[in-house]
Amino acid sequence: MPELASSAATVEFRHVTKRYDRGAGSSSGTPGAVNDLSLTVPAGKICVLVGPSGCGKTTSLKMVNRLIEPTSGQILIDGVDAATREVNELRRSIGYVIQQVGLFPHQTIAHNVATVPRLLGWPKARQQERAEELLGLVGLDPGRYRSRYPAQLSGGERQRVGVARALAADPPIMLMDEPFGAVDPIVRERLQNEFLRLQEDLAKTILFVTHDIDEAIKMGDLVAVMRTGGILAQFGPPTEILTNPSSEFVAQFVGTDRGLKRLSLARVADLPIRPPVTARPADPAGQARERMNADPFPYLLLVDEADRPIGWLDQHDIPADGVLKADRATATSPLLNKRTTLKDALSLLLDADVQAGILVDRNGKVQGLVTAGMIFDWFREDVRDVDRDRPVPAEETAAAAVRA
Amino acid sequence: MDLLAKVAAWFANPATWSGPDGIPIRLLEHVGISAVSLLIAGAIALPIGLAIGHTGRGAGFAINLANLGRAIPSLAAIGIVVPFTQALDPELGFSLYPTVIGMVVLAIPPILVNAYTGIAEVDRDLVESARGMGLREREILRGVEIPVAMPVLFAGIRSAAVQVIATATLGAIYAFGGLGRYIVDGVAQNDNGKLFGGVILVAALALAAEASLSILQRVLTSPGLRRAEPSSAAAP
Amino acid sequence: MDWAWIGDHLGAILGRTIQHIQLAGIALTVGFAISFALALVAIRWRRAYAPISGIAGILYTIPSLAVFSAFIAITGFSILTVEIPLVMYTLVILVRNIVAGFDGVSADVLEAATGMGYTRRERLTRIELPLAVPLIVAGLRLASVSTIGLVTITAVVSDTFGGLGFFIKERPFFLTEVLVGAIPSILLAVLADVLFSRVQRLLTPWSKRVAQPLLPEAAT
Repeated sequence: MPELASSAATVEFRHVTKRYDRGAGSSSGTPGAVNDLSLTVPAGKICVLVGPSGCGKTTSLKMVNRLIEPTSGQILIDGVDAATREVNELRRSIGYVIQQVGLFPHQTIAHNVATVPRLLGWPKARQQERAEELLGLVGLDPGRYRSRYPAQLSGGERQRVGVARALAADPPIMLMDEPFGAVDPIVRERLQNEFLRLQEDLAKTILFVTHDIDEAIKMGDLVAVMRTGGILAQFGPPTEILTNPSSEFVAQFVGTDRGLKRLSLARVADLPIRPPVTARPADPAGQARERMNADPFPYLLLVDEADRPIGWLDQHDIPADGVLKADRATATSPLLNKRTTLKDALSLLLDADVQAGILVDRNGKVQGLVTAGMIFDWFREDVRDVDRDRPVPAEETAAAAVRA
Repeated sequence: MDLLAKVAAWFANPATWSGPDGIPIRLLEHVGISAVSLLIAGAIALPIGLAIGHTGRGAGFAINLANLGRAIPSLAAIGIVVPFTQALDPELGFSLYPTVIGMVVLAIPPILVNAYTGIAEVDRDLVESARGMGLREREILRGVEIPVAMPVLFAGIRSAAVQVIATATLGAIYAFGGLGRYIVDGVAQNDNGKLFGGVILVAALALAAEASLSILQRVLTSPGLRRAEPSSAAAP
Repeated sequence: MDWAWIGDHLGAILGRTIQHIQLAGIALTVGFAISFALALVAIRWRRAYAPISGIAGILYTIPSLAVFSAFIAITGFSILTVEIPLVMYTLVILVRNIVAGFDGVSADVLEAATGMGYTRRERLTRIELPLAVPLIVAGLRLASVSTIGLVTITAVVSDTFGGLGFFIKERPFFLTEVLVGAIPSILLAVLADVLFSRVQRLLTPWSKRVAQPLLPEAAT
């Protein structure tokens, strides 16, 4: 069970500025300046810092564990100024994951993972135990991996070890700098999903840096969009950024496919269930006909005894009497499950060039159908909801009160 | 400094500059034999090294050869040959042949190994695209691999040159002439002026050779290949 | 081959072999100590590296016979005349390789170590040093082969030294004696090479390839 109280802290940036003598550098690799950054990350949430290169996102991250010291301003962890803490003690209490991972090549995986516990002086047995526990947590079989060396692992495996290593001492805060950037998109997607699942159990405060807006939207509870020069352009939940970009820059950065991006935030589970008209082969045709007339959707879905889809029957192919024939059914549509994002669902529908996808449960049993129209309807409703839920500026309510 | 005075006196002495034991003759001997040995070693080592690098076969041989080459003490390289060549020709077989053979033998490993590594380190993609464009193997070697490998190739030649000059100096122990003569004679005759004069001359020659080959290398290397020093800054 | 001669002189041969190992050993030990110190200086103060490396490079170019003979004038026929140049030549190889060893530690490993809370000293001893070891040992390998070779040349300085080189030079036309000097000295060098190679393998269980040392001649 997660121990929320001890394992997540709040992080607050208070007017943090970083200046370099020669002016803000924005070539890749050179840290850029940060300009009066103020934001608060509540405990247990993932805050993603996103922006083009040179916007200071990595610099901001590194100021939390003081790899870079702010020129002015404060960074408060659970209300305590990070600058007042002894620097190595501070760093040992923060999990740190970087893009190239930086696993120590001369140490075994188990040794790598147990680094911070070892620095903190945990007893050997407990170090070992913890290392194995964490390897399991990140999906690596401890038996197979503990005695291997980093050079023997693939990129994805190394990333997992990096995350395990950062979690070893159960730090209240995690800093992650493009942690999934160095692997291919398939592995990256898997790592992202697994990490999100992990976070559901651990609920740590996480600061996550990426240049990829899609990753930011997917991973963040809160998104901080930064622009070149280290300026915070917008800070809010992903839906807010997508629906109401606060400036031209944010709108551009998010991309003209904001709508599609929002679709990636919702899942088929968010849609209303719409059961299709179903029938088994050899069912009486007449009954089927009647049920078809009652439903606007022009196709009937043939299913087997376990209610698994066989194929669609065009309503014109249903004879007036006699029984339904399975051989007249056309190929079935894409199968979706509850967790499929609306964006993926729409994409599948387009690919297959069909009017509807079929929602099935874990056993393949038909639950409902999903049409492009339903997705669009959801979208429109969602916009209305966001607008309605947005906090209204003070003057408007006062004016409304006066008018009322 | 007494030593300085002695050396200065030796250089100032006109006899030092004249006759068969004069500096010009000795210098010529030294440079001449070094150049010849380098050329012979190059003629042997370069083709083999380039071939190994280009085809990739025999790489193990090249590495082992390099290690072996380094393991042979220079004195041994000359010394082993002496009993044999002296039987052939009592005079030159003592003063000239062993030294030359020793020089060639010791110069081969650096040239060969660097030729091999230089070519082997050329980006394979480069070679493949050249091949894909229809260049023949020899054209690839000449037009792509060698120019790109030039710095490493030349490092091998420079190393061999230094080695060769040093070995020629050693040859004086076996009655070879060259600038080493002054050093060996200086020790035997307890003449520090001559000894240090020789030391200075030999050092100057070696440095001059290294410097001029460096310049030659820079001239022969395309400007597009001058790479910046990689930096690996430690984190604060 | 005159085996009788060898039989008669076994004692001397053994003695010279031991001397050869001793002379080389002293040079390597002293040279390594000085090189390590110089390397740490060069890493701390980057600006010092170029001159150190430059001087070392120039030194290497000068033929060893010249250096040994020059020292005769300075330190006479003592063991210093032999050891000081030998040590100098090891510096050339070792300083560069020790520095390169530390430089070779990947920047992200260093960043991860610092970010996780290693103190500077902990980082040096637990991360940088172990990772620098392969190249350092490779440098030692090179230096030992080179030094063993150079010891033979000290035979020119005086008959008291020279190790096995003594036999090479004493009677140049006598093949047996020349071989008695040459072959064992080659074997010693090869032995040193193999030994250090083994040590290198042992100390780096995590690496598949054997690190190649930086050669004393300038790379490019």
